[in-house]
Amino acid sequence: MFEDLRDLYQDVILDRGRTPRHGQRLAVFDADAKGDNPMCGDRVHVFARHTDGRIAELGFAARGCAVSIASADLLAEAVIGLTDAEALAMGEAFGAMAKQGGSDDPSLAALQPLSGVAAYPSRIKCATLPWAALRAALTKAPGMEEGVASSE
Amino acid sequence: MNAIRPFDIEAIRADFPILGEKIRGKDLVFLDSGASAQKPRVVMEAMLHAMQHQYANVHRGLHWMSERTTEAYEAARDAAARLMNAADRREIVITHSSTEAFNLVAHSFGRGVLKPGQAVVISQMEHHANLVPWQMLRDAHGIELRVAPITDAGELDMAGLEALLTDGKVGLVSITHMSNVLGTYTQAERIVQLAHAYGAKVMLDGSQAIVHRRVDVQALDLDFYAWTGHKLYGPTGIGILYGKRELLEAMPPFMGGGDMISSVSFERSRWAEVPHKFEAGTPAILEGIGLRAAIEYVEAIGFDAIGAHEASLTEHALSRLSAIEGLTVIGRAQDRGGVISFTLAGAHAHDVATLLDRQGIAVRAGHHCAEPLMRRLGLDSTARATFGLYTTHAEIDALADTLDRIRGFFA
Repeated sequence: MFEDLRDLYQDVILDRGRTPRHGQRLAVFDADAKGDNPMCGDRVHVFARHTDGRIAELGFAARGCAVSIASADLLAEAVIGLTDAEALAMGEAFGAMAKQGGSDDPSLAALQPLSGVAAYPSRIKCATLPWAALRAALTKAPGMEEGVASSE
Repeated sequence: MNAIRPFDIEAIRADFPILGEKIRGKDLVFLDSGASAQKPRVVMEAMLHAMQHQYANVHRGLHWMSERTTEAYEAARDAAARLMNAADRREIVITHSSTEAFNLVAHSFGRGVLKPGQAVVISQMEHHANLVPWQMLRDAHGIELRVAPITDAGELDMAGLEALLTDGKVGLVSITHMSNVLGTYTQAERIVQLAHAYGAKVMLDGSQAIVHRRVDVQALDLDFYAWTGHKLYGPTGIGILYGKRELLEAMPPFMGGGDMISSVSFERSRWAEVPHKFEAGTPAILEGIGLRAAIEYVEAIGFDAIGAHEASLTEHALSRLSAIEGLTVIGRAQDRGGVISFTLAGAHAHDVATLLDRQGIAVRAGHHCAEPLMRRLGLDSTARATFGLYTTHAEIDALADTLDRIRGFFA
């Protein structure tokens, strides 16, 4: 009955949405920020720990739909080992892919299952919310009050 | 207007052209009327007729077109007065939305009549429209904001409400007449009796209730009653505020501009009589004409038939939805209507809404402009099905059958 929805709800989305691998706050972290889509109630709080100028670990605490949770989980894997600048650039490229429905960029290969949101305009912001939170976490100055990002 | 006619669902559906639309090849099942209802042909025709044959600005022209348009627009005020059984058409303020009506009362009654140190009481199950204006009043004018509790069943806690009134500081109780999330009808009569006993005025948010039930502002002895046109099968951009005449007269204007004055000089202006004192600027003329048609349409069907249809749909929906494994209906008020929020275990409300949409079924998902209520219920979001005149039992069956399959999809 919902076969035509498989473009949005690929197995990896359903799986990661149900049982995310990185869905916990980090015990030790040096950057964090919240993302909040007030119109729909989705919330995500991302935590990052750096080593030698690169993201060594990333975790998140989220309440939201399958798409937003899966996106946060795939984000966590995609940015480990990247510098902040590389992670921010990946976020930009991901945002473009979510709107356009695909990308030739090999670095986005693991995130491709989320490109199905392009066909569902009201759901694009679900996929991009964790990336908005990550950007806020990586760009806020130390000691700055906790930022709240939104992808709406 | 009061012609008795049987509730003919097929004839009613034929009055709403949009119901024939297909969504991705499937019949539209529109279960989002509580957010905004569809429009019957008579509303469209009334607005189109005005634009084609009889349109000019109102209240000021001395020419034929303006006089006729003024009559057609002002007939909306009479229709709204009749719908609510107001004693006097001057007690009907035409606004651009129910949100504007709440802001008007918060500004003009809140700042103009209430004194710093007094309090306003709302409840835990209010739409943001009946919450944020009072927070703004609190912060600007030193009015305390008190929140009456609801029970776990989703009913207004009357003892909790009374406890907030006993110190006599409350000047206004502003509570929903029907929750847009839980479908609960509040006990308007008891709220008014209680509030008046402690010297407080009462405003009810009628945007959901006016669609389903006959509201008699005199019998209920209401002080203010607000609702919006677009949920009552009328156009967007128009709302109604009922206010007792002596209250409206004691209140200063809300917005300044044309139409709300009797004379203006550079030194000072004099306000127009009520209700025009509260109606600055060119009003929503076409929307008023459309709203009158919507009110007459609803009246012709009659609230006995409308209420019976809603009760039957609600009973059917509660029975079908409760039978779905993992589905929880939010709120179990004794007196409830055709607004049903629910959660489905293992599936977020947005995912549920997207899957329903694939079958042509339109529901709302989210916090329904009632974030504090969601927090009170310990929820982030729900899916919500809401019913209108044109909703059928078969549509509810389609919803239930599809939800059952969605459960399997996310299992």
